[in-house]
Amino acid sequence: MLNIALPKGRLGEKVYAMFAGAGFECPELLENSRKLIFDNPEAGVRYFWVKPSDVAIYVARGAADVGVAGKDILLEYRPDVYELLDLNVGKCRMCVAAPEGFRDNADRTLRVATKFSRIARDYYSAMGRDIDIIHLNGSIEIAPILGLSDVIVDIVETGTTLRENHLAVMETIVPISARLIANKAGFKFKTEPIERLVREIRKEVEAK
Amino acid sequence: MMIEDRVMDAQERIGFRLRALYSSCGYNRYRMSKFEEYDLYSRNKDFLFSEGVITFTDTNGRLMALKPDVTLSIVKNGRDTPGQVRKVYYHENVYRVSSAEDGFREQTQVGVECMGSVEGACVAEVLKLAAESLKLCAEDFVLEVSHLDILSALVDRIAPDDRVRAQILECAGEKNTHGIRQICRENGLAEGAEEPLIELLSLYGAPKAVLPKIRALAEENGVADAATDLSRALAGFTGTDMENRIQIDFSATSDMKYYNGIAFKGFISGIPGSVLSGGQYDHLMRRMGRRDRAIGFAVFLNMMERLTEEAGINA
Repeated sequence: MLNIALPKGRLGEKVYAMFAGAGFECPELLENSRKLIFDNPEAGVRYFWVKPSDVAIYVARGAADVGVAGKDILLEYRPDVYELLDLNVGKCRMCVAAPEGFRDNADRTLRVATKFSRIARDYYSAMGRDIDIIHLNGSIEIAPILGLSDVIVDIVETGTTLRENHLAVMETIVPISARLIANKAGFKFKTEPIERLVREIRKEVEAK
Repeated sequence: MMIEDRVMDAQERIGFRLRALYSSCGYNRYRMSKFEEYDLYSRNKDFLFSEGVITFTDTNGRLMALKPDVTLSIVKNGRDTPGQVRKVYYHENVYRVSSAEDGFREQTQVGVECMGSVEGACVAEVLKLAAESLKLCAEDFVLEVSHLDILSALVDRIAPDDRVRAQILECAGEKNTHGIRQICRENGLAEGAEEPLIELLSLYGAPKAVLPKIRALAEENGVADAATDLSRALAGFTGTDMENRIQIDFSATSDMKYYNGIAFKGFISGIPGSVLSGGQYDHLMRRMGRRDRAIGFAVFLNMMERLTEEAGINA
């Protein structure tokens, strides 16, 4: 039985549709119940919904054999897992955004508000730019408007929120999408079922 | 007085059994102080499992550290023994930042190191000892083996500089072939240049099944000797009860500033990470001014904490 951690929410439902299309369905999963764990012994899968940012923890610590996590989470937390497939869904970009017309003054430390401190630090340190990271847990866009930061590093999907708050993308740091990840030890002992899952889901990805 | 097993926890039982195994194979106990001069670690930061070392100023004003690693101390304190192999084992506590980055933790490891004229037979013997160490902990184990010189040759073929090389190696360790393709495109490499590397990473599994293909790939890339090394190192398992426990997997990477040749990791069913890690580290020896060759491995006893007899564990 493969234990699979899916991210709760819209992305998780989209991903589940791919898994179901690949032959790993578990119809009970979509019923509106308070259940958290769903089995389908015939398909050899057990699913559970977890907070998107926790998927990598479940997989890295072996509670799930495989899972689906955004590349943003993998870059930020660097879990020791295999990244087996780019699912090509949940596509967005990790960007630097700033108030429209903002010009960076290299004489000053750049104040960067973000949920993704590690990604921001890595990006600016590769450029040799001195920054002050302001770690926030949400509503990042408000930080430059209130003068808390100069720029933000955040995920941009359509850019609507940025535009509505008179912010503009300055740089794209990295494209993001959902990835199929696997526990390294689990892969050694469940190689065949994990390979089969990857093979079938790859067909789904390529068919889209 | 015999000490009964029941008064020991799983970590202690396994630790003492491993010591008995290594001692019976001709390894001598290596004992060391809990402290080491901090300078040793600051010069070899990348060799350490985690960033961060607990430091303090000794009464004589020297900056000292609680050992985050054992191998560096053994290398530093040893002398070259040309024509011979010095074999030692240790059972020590080290102090590292845990993977969860929630501060320092004391970790216990038992390990072996061979230094001197480390040639094929010695490499094969250490690999066998690693497999026996895992078997002593649990029946259901896997020893994953790779050869860094083969991996390195295929990465060097495509990586234009050290930065890209590091990125590609990181992807290799994650079996992230789509990531390797993306890096190659971003750096303007010709479509398909990465295919031999991707083929190498896809060749994992039982040596019998994958070695012929690895040999062909190694020959095409000028590292046939490394493929021969790998075959010889694994030949001792053929026909034994451990044969089906050995898997070749080139995603078992290590920092090539320190490591070369055979690299390996051990896994036990039910434990989420590797419980054993090792390999040849001639490059570390050169960095520390030693001419000897070397190979060793460590078993991480803290990982064994949750092993229970109910789970079919030998502990």
